[in-house]
Amino acid sequence: MIAEIGHFALVLALLVACVQAVVPLYGAWRGDARLMAVGNTSAVALILMVGIAFGALTWCYAISDFSVQNVYENSHSLQPMLYKISGVWGNHEGSLLLWAFILAIFSLAVALLGNNLPLTLKARVLAVQAMIAVGFLAFSLFTSNPFARLDPAPLDGRNLNPLLQDPGLAFHPPFLYLGYVGFSMAFSFAVAALIEGRIDAAWARWVRPWTLAAWTALTLGIAMGSWWAYYELGWGGWWFWDPVENASFMPWLAGTALLHSAIVTEKRGALKSWTVLLAIVAFSLSLLGTFLVRSGVLTSVHAFATDPARGVFILLLLIVAIGGSLALYAWRAPLLKADGLFAPISREGGLVLNNLLLAVACFTVLTGTLYPLALDVVAGEKVSVGPPYFEMTFVPLMVPLFLALGIGPLMPWKRCDLKGVLHRLRFVAAVSLAAWGVVWWLATDSSPLPAFGIALAVWIALAVFLEYAVRLGLFRVTLGESYRRALRLPRAAYGMMVAHLGVAVLVAGVVASSSWRTEIIRAMEPGQSQEIVGYTVRFDGVGDAMGPNYSAERATFTVFADGEQIAVMQPEKRFYPVSATQTTEAAIRTTILADLYVVIGDQTEGQDIWAVRMYYNPLVPWIWLGSIMMFGAGLISLSDRRHRIGAPTRAKAAAASAPQPA
Amino acid sequence: MIRPLRFLVLLSLLALATPPALATQPGEILDDPALEARAREIGAELRCLVCQNQSIDDSNAPLAHDLRVIVRERLVAGDTDEQVIDFVVERYGDYVLLKPPFKADTLLLWAAPILALIGGGLIVLFARRRRGEELESAADLTPAEQKRLRQLLHPAGKDSGA
Repeated sequence: MIAEIGHFALVLALLVACVQAVVPLYGAWRGDARLMAVGNTSAVALILMVGIAFGALTWCYAISDFSVQNVYENSHSLQPMLYKISGVWGNHEGSLLLWAFILAIFSLAVALLGNNLPLTLKARVLAVQAMIAVGFLAFSLFTSNPFARLDPAPLDGRNLNPLLQDPGLAFHPPFLYLGYVGFSMAFSFAVAALIEGRIDAAWARWVRPWTLAAWTALTLGIAMGSWWAYYELGWGGWWFWDPVENASFMPWLAGTALLHSAIVTEKRGALKSWTVLLAIVAFSLSLLGTFLVRSGVLTSVHAFATDPARGVFILLLLIVAIGGSLALYAWRAPLLKADGLFAPISREGGLVLNNLLLAVACFTVLTGTLYPLALDVVAGEKVSVGPPYFEMTFVPLMVPLFLALGIGPLMPWKRCDLKGVLHRLRFVAAVSLAAWGVVWWLATDSSPLPAFGIALAVWIALAVFLEYAVRLGLFRVTLGESYRRALRLPRAAYGMMVAHLGVAVLVAGVVASSSWRTEIIRAMEPGQSQEIVGYTVRFDGVGDAMGPNYSAERATFTVFADGEQIAVMQPEKRFYPVSATQTTEAAIRTTILADLYVVIGDQTEGQDIWAVRMYYNPLVPWIWLGSIMMFGAGLISLSDRRHRIGAPTRAKAAAASAPQPA
Repeated sequence: MIRPLRFLVLLSLLALATPPALATQPGEILDDPALEARAREIGAELRCLVCQNQSIDDSNAPLAHDLRVIVRERLVAGDTDEQVIDFVVERYGDYVLLKPPFKADTLLLWAAPILALIGGGLIVLFARRRRGEELESAADLTPAEQKRLRQLLHPAGKDSGA
């Protein structure tokens, strides 16, 4: 019964979305306020219907109703509740429903918070949001119904893929989707602005916080996925340039570019049509990412052909959404006239460089990800594009970006005396160069490149501190005055500095962990010890352990430093009988400077000898520390009251300033 | 009708993150650390052909094991890195290379980033030039004409210019 209610609600949601996609749009065209207001009501109806559907599916998972095919295929009665719930989005049908649910939440946000928007713009945004919802709900209902029943009902389920039964991965998809779907806001605003034929500062003021929110969620989602890969896949890597990872990285790169160009559009009225294009591209890449992963086309072109219904639907949806919006852009973008003038060397110019490099990087990842697919289709040739390609093409683009990151924030708007800025940065540059030399000497590498990476991180970090000092007028005014300036500095400014500092920390973590890790692979008997970078690790043996729905072989290692016992580490190998799969659980001892990472492998037949892998990964925690700093920076920036459009004071101020020049 | 796809997706998930990925095994490692380091570098560039996007170094598949052993045998026999890679490519084709070779098929792949950078740079320059011309032609108008132009462009006076 519950499943049928959910199914019915999903059908109603599709109908509501159809109404919302048409009526407000028509109302905006006719200038009819009553028709436009339909969008406000329908957005509430939509979230109710999709919410009921999502709640119904979650309920079926929670009570393990195996008469529902989707539950049967992705759950098991013995699974812990956390993984029963996360099973809802751990599969194709359920994840589509989550997608639609988040989309409905964003629509509701526009309906409730958008009172300070021009009526026509709001109506058009709601209509575009609903068009996306129609696509997803129809796809769900006609090709991927999550509420399909099984008769007779099976006694128990087939288990959620054990690899997904992990706290890190349980919340990875919702954050990823918050990011993907969040870009739909920028997209809807972009399309609505193209229909309107104009963009003003109010438009950018709306788009910026929503883009920032999407970017913030996506940052956390990607970081979670990478963290999961690091401790679950068992060989200490954290990014593999896998197509599935790239699919989430491309919208992030485009979103990062959008975040920066929207600033120029809001503050200076320039780069308007470029910002609109980026908004379209960021969401298009989100759509592409969702479908690339969901359609199985990445595994093989033939997987796509085995289920023509889904395949064709996906293609149509992509063509309509991406092709349609780009065509609209080509037709209407010339109407968007920019006002703000700027010299090439200026804050705006720096942000253009930022956008150019990020866009090219994004394009490179797209090319590398889709090239094997395209070549297979066009020429029938097979080619592999792996990490070496991405490292060779992506890294050279990041170097100038990071160099510019140090300079850009110090440049004023409109025009800039580059010599003056560089003069200010002379100490930062000197310290960074010194860091390069010292690290190279300390690391005794043959190549100076890893040390250069660290120097880049130092450069970014020091430049951020210098910028902060300049803003506070440190050493120019009294300390008390500096303190008052620090308090007056808007939170968005702190957000930017923390985010850039996060980049520095991330870069250091990436460079150090990929350049200087120590690896030990050997067979060990209980009682034997192994030295690794100052630690002595003693293997104590392997015992059996039981989990709620798995059995495990649990090894025990005792770690000594300078003869003192400092830790006991217990890596596991788990066996999930229902799906007959094994997973590894690495044991990790984290200090702020490095991870000690131990994995237990296979037993030598008939003997108490085990394959053991140990890694010493310097600065690897900084990768996630940097990511979390960027995530936190997003939150800090979002809490800036200038961004809180919905706040009454803001709305009044906007209304009062509306007739005046922007 | 849905089944085969779902099976493939599941398979891809499994292949993507095959069970305890213990990759390189203790027994495979060469005694000479310099040689082993070279074997690792080569291994990271060779694809495990039965996996989704894993190098032979990272994969636990039997085929990856065989390839790791072959690489080490060739190194011990005194081959250079290139000779080892050529040896593997001869048997498994270019598909085994994670870094695709430069050739007609992959020309576009390798050229793409450079072309995009040049193209993007040109667009930026071009856009600046066009903006400049537009502004110049706008500057040619007399003040009265400009005022009239503003009125025509923004009749309601809502949307201000610069």
